[in-house]
Amino acid sequence: MDEALNDLGVYIAAALPQDVIDTTVANGELVVHARMHTVVKLLTFLRDDSNCLFKVLLDITAVDRPEREERFEVVYILLSLSQNQRIKVKISVGEDVAVPTASKVFSAANWSERETWDMYGIYFSDHPDLRRILTDYGFEGHPLRKDFPLTGRVEVRYDETQKRVVYDPVKLTQDFRSFDFLSPWEGMTDVLPGDEKATADEEEEGEGA
Amino acid sequence: MSEVAIKNLTLNFGPQHPAAHGVLRLVLEMDGEVVERADPHIGLLHRGTEKLIEYKTYLQAVPYFDRLDYVSPMCQEHAYALAVERLLGIEVPERGQYIRVLFSEITRILNHIMNLTTYALDVGAMTPLLWGFEERERMMEFYERVSGARLHAAYFRPGGVHQDLPPGLVEDIYDFCETYPKFLDDMETLLTENRIFKQRTVDIGVFTAEEAMDWGMTGPMLRASGVPWDLRKSQPYDVYDRMDFDVPVGKTGDCYARYLIRVEEMRQSLRIIKQCLDELPDGPVMTQNHKLTPPRRGEMKHSMEALIHHFKLYTEGYHVPAGETYTAVEAPKGEFGVYVVADGTNRPYKCKIRAPGFAFMQALAPLSKGHMLADVPAIIGSMDIVFGEVDR
Repeated sequence: MDEALNDLGVYIAAALPQDVIDTTVANGELVVHARMHTVVKLLTFLRDDSNCLFKVLLDITAVDRPEREERFEVVYILLSLSQNQRIKVKISVGEDVAVPTASKVFSAANWSERETWDMYGIYFSDHPDLRRILTDYGFEGHPLRKDFPLTGRVEVRYDETQKRVVYDPVKLTQDFRSFDFLSPWEGMTDVLPGDEKATADEEEEGEGA
Repeated sequence: MSEVAIKNLTLNFGPQHPAAHGVLRLVLEMDGEVVERADPHIGLLHRGTEKLIEYKTYLQAVPYFDRLDYVSPMCQEHAYALAVERLLGIEVPERGQYIRVLFSEITRILNHIMNLTTYALDVGAMTPLLWGFEERERMMEFYERVSGARLHAAYFRPGGVHQDLPPGLVEDIYDFCETYPKFLDDMETLLTENRIFKQRTVDIGVFTAEEAMDWGMTGPMLRASGVPWDLRKSQPYDVYDRMDFDVPVGKTGDCYARYLIRVEEMRQSLRIIKQCLDELPDGPVMTQNHKLTPPRRGEMKHSMEALIHHFKLYTEGYHVPAGETYTAVEAPKGEFGVYVVADGTNRPYKCKIRAPGFAFMQALAPLSKGHMLADVPAIIGSMDIVFGEVDR
């Protein structure tokens, strides 16, 4: 299984050397890291090439890593029915960059891109209808960004005097509690003081023998 | 006589409409009684599941999956459990795998009863619903006996299933398999050759195989268009590779083909259930590595180590090594996938849920274009939409 995926990765990288940065196989899954500007070309190739035929676009999503310079990673998840293979295409995207839309290649990309825009605020250029999809009408912010609070920013209630639903800033009767359950014992990676003695002994023994 | 310009009518369908199977607001642009454009507004049931999961440990995230597609809860737990197991690199004991397959198929029947009978109700047949829900209740009893809950089971967990089957359940499921085909036959006499039912479904909402793939269809929606594709056969997980069953494939790609496929899938599910019951091996149902799965309560009464394991697992949880996976199962509706990104801590860094219904809902626009208004509920019903998973 992994071998076939490796071969496929090498084949894709060889066919489009300008557009593919590298390919990896991890956990039995093939990931292609691609360049953002030419991702549509790569997706078209993956759909039409007779060795790939990834005709089903299952999903488009993103991973937010605020510590990186290009904070978002957009992920395209594809499935090939005839080859019985899956593939993930990844591109790195900065905050103010527009990703070319894949909706001309896959009709299914339309809503997935709308969702990615809604949840992460990643803009897709030339998209036919880039509206919000899951959040409320008039919602502000992008909920799945790591800097968006879990409780949100506004809450709704029905106002009896105005006879309509009104938005108020979230008021928590108790602060949001985020417990740090990480054990100091398992999280520790550095060498504990005194540990160097134990390994030093072993090394000496190894040398002596 | 002067010419009269006729403007298209914009019609609001929902958000509360019995044929919408949930909260769907559908803005339809009508030319007389013909649908010109359909614009589904989804998200009315959005609960932020993916955001919530990022703040929970891996075990605490399991119950959220019941609440996505609330008519087929266990299949979704299955996808999540498989994804976490793949990241952890653990194997589930054989008995656990068999029980999972068994309950996945019970879930499939549960889901298809719900879909087909409410679908029949949408197009004018009431009796199947009344008959079907009696059978459905019997199966939810199996859910209850095994997990304690009729709907939100939280039974499949990373590492296996939570508890072994209670005594007598195997026999009762077997009895159910003996009597259930009678209901299926009865339901088919009401629907399959029914003139009204066929008039409402045949040649309505047709997708060719190419279109279906382009729009990201999976499951019965894809198979109805003549594509033989089932993850249980092509990328088998757990013990599906040992099961002997057939995958029904449609020819016409219309609503009627989807109905026929679901009926046949129920019969095939019964075959799988019987095989599971016959072959069910003995042994543990969960991985015995107590760094990942909790010890039995009896053990905790006399073993200090078990007590520590229990405490650690239910406060800190286990750590999942950094990595990522997209793992999918053949849920009753189609391919249900979970994309988990782990960063080495006890909580998922990201968890994207790929729900089949999301793609189906998107396809409503091309499927309903040019059809009558009354066909729209028929198409929605045949797609098997549940808003819990579309809106997440």
